[in-house]
Amino acid sequence: MSAHSPLSSIGAKQAEADGKLGHGRPGWFVRISSWWNDRSRWQQWSILLVVVVLAYLLPVINPPLITTEPANDFAISCFNMALYGLVALGLNVVVGQAGLLDLGYIGFFAVGAYTASLWTSPDSPLVHIPYLWTLPLAMIVTVVFGIALGIPTLRLRGDYLAIVTLGFGEIIRLLATIVPALKGNTGFQNVGRPPGEVDGAPIFSASNGLPWYWFTVTVIVIVMILLGNLERSRVGRAWFAIREDEDAAEIMGVPTFRFKLAAFGTGAALGGLSGALLAGQVGFVNNQKFDVPTSILFLAAVILGGQGNKLGVVIGGAIVAYVPLRFTALGGWKFLIFGIVLVLLMIFRSQGLFGKKPKLLTFNARIRRKAKVEGTVPTDPDDEDPGPTDEKPGSTDEPTGGAR
Amino acid sequence: MSSDWISFDFTALFDSFWATTFDGLTLGAIYALVALGYTLVYGVLNLINFAHSEVFIAGAFAVVFFLSALGFGPSAPTLPLGMLILDLVLAGIIAMVVSGGTAILVERVAYKPLRDRGASRLAFLISAIGMSFVLQYIFFEWRGPNAEASVTMFRPEPIFDVFGTIIDSQQLTIVIAALVMMICVDQIVRRTKLGRGIRAVAQDPDTATLMGVNRERIIIATFAIGGFLAGAAALFYVMRVPAGVFYMGGFILGIKAFTAAVLGGIGNVRGALLGGLLVGLIGNYGATILGDSQWTDVVIFVVLILVLMIRPNGILGTNLGKARV
Repeated sequence: MSAHSPLSSIGAKQAEADGKLGHGRPGWFVRISSWWNDRSRWQQWSILLVVVVLAYLLPVINPPLITTEPANDFAISCFNMALYGLVALGLNVVVGQAGLLDLGYIGFFAVGAYTASLWTSPDSPLVHIPYLWTLPLAMIVTVVFGIALGIPTLRLRGDYLAIVTLGFGEIIRLLATIVPALKGNTGFQNVGRPPGEVDGAPIFSASNGLPWYWFTVTVIVIVMILLGNLERSRVGRAWFAIREDEDAAEIMGVPTFRFKLAAFGTGAALGGLSGALLAGQVGFVNNQKFDVPTSILFLAAVILGGQGNKLGVVIGGAIVAYVPLRFTALGGWKFLIFGIVLVLLMIFRSQGLFGKKPKLLTFNARIRRKAKVEGTVPTDPDDEDPGPTDEKPGSTDEPTGGAR
Repeated sequence: MSSDWISFDFTALFDSFWATTFDGLTLGAIYALVALGYTLVYGVLNLINFAHSEVFIAGAFAVVFFLSALGFGPSAPTLPLGMLILDLVLAGIIAMVVSGGTAILVERVAYKPLRDRGASRLAFLISAIGMSFVLQYIFFEWRGPNAEASVTMFRPEPIFDVFGTIIDSQQLTIVIAALVMMICVDQIVRRTKLGRGIRAVAQDPDTATLMGVNRERIIIATFAIGGFLAGAAALFYVMRVPAGVFYMGGFILGIKAFTAAVLGGIGNVRGALLGGLLVGLIGNYGATILGDSQWTDVVIFVVLILVLMIRPNGILGTNLGKARV
């Protein structure tokens, strides 16, 4: 970590952390990362604003090389990318932040989709409500499912939890097949959509991806700001502690079970939300969409993007959705390719493309800047400032990763 | 919501209790063989070999291809007994070699590089999932989504009559052969030099290395043994479930076998046997009571969650390293 000569103590700590994780390659990722951290708050915000505006404009610009046309409508492709980004964002809370390996995330996605269709589709005998109401409803229902699954299983560790969640995902899929009220393969037609009409034609329709994309991106931005706050709060620190060392966290007084449950619930809610969004856009839900390979793809998105880095996983999700849409000829090969990518990533870059650097949780950026200006290093960075809880929301979303 | 989709039909279970039991034990023996592969690897490396299900299905494909090449088809062939046994033994050996080879391949590609880099446990798990995906979709691209044409090995002959239920030659062959293999593995782990090495590595890899145990060789041997057992299980599986050989077939069975391993206490060789038999029985009883074989998996997963709630280490929850000589 020669790049941080004025920061010997922080640099040493960082290098120590790097060494522990087995990645000691300083490169342009590190340089971008430290460049980003050295920007002031308003500079970071304005850069992010530009990024968000560009994200909104993506389907309108329809960049020539990037476009998925003529095989796939680009706006709908963009919606799918955004949807996967949202899913990855939700799964990231569980896997990336709290370190709980959840292989059955598709179960929550399915619950959300079925909630939306059960309450809006004419095929369902239930009371019908406007589509937009099903979004919070789907979140509530999935939180209930998440807690119902979490209470018995979250005392399990790592691999056991992985297999139990895998089982949960399969149970949901099997129930969708077996229970007649969920209509198995026949599924639900004409799932509801948000209101609004232009010249008699609905704004939100299955064939027009643009409004759906903008809607989803808005949801992502809101969710990212909220998650950013959560991450820098007591809850986020508890998750971080649990991920790094559960026993140590427990001994230091973190009620690990409660926070793991919270992570599970938060992740589940976002899964349900994305499921409801998918149901609305496609307008058709049946049991075929919710198999285990898709669940693994979700996980692949999080791993690819870099666990723990919000913007990273959104990009990871977008990549996972984009590749098969852009290269339609891939077909079934996409799973094969993602399998190979997963293995290679674990071998050569196990922190993902945009892996989050394990950084000091206190005012890292401010210390760096101060140290740069003064050419000295505070003896103990923890004395510097009481804590980041009063920071502006969404301010430490680093789009760049560091070689951990 | 109507409730006609779920019904608890206990009379069905009482009516066919023994048939359900024998069938469950037969399936359970197959699960147990695959479960041993999970348990052995878990014991030595402390991680779940998620790709073990593909190791198993590779063997099943080998069985199907070998037997079809020999002229076996949908209906049972009329071969002299000696020839039939020879063919089946050959098919079993080929399946074991293919599965063992796949297991070693998985170890070399997905685990060895990570071990060399000292990766985190999550990395191992994800690499295994990736490897499992790769193998699954190689089969998918190669053979398509449909199951292989069924291969009948021999016509089951009734042998015993227990409480008015017939045990046929197929069930008997599978259960006895599986039991013999599992006893062999148990004895290998408990009595041979290789077994002592396996137990040493399972207990403390570093100390074992200091004591002159070649860790890498032990790991390869463990994967190979697991692969051989999965290959044998593949032969019995094709015998019992002729329509089950397709790219996802291993995944479905693998989950049940893993459940068996966890149920019995992962890392415990005898636990795998107990867990396998229990999973076979529970799945069959559940399907009979609920009146639809689709419920089998749901019942198995629910039981898994229940067992883990009460005994997180499984029923016989000690590990391989503590097995006495």
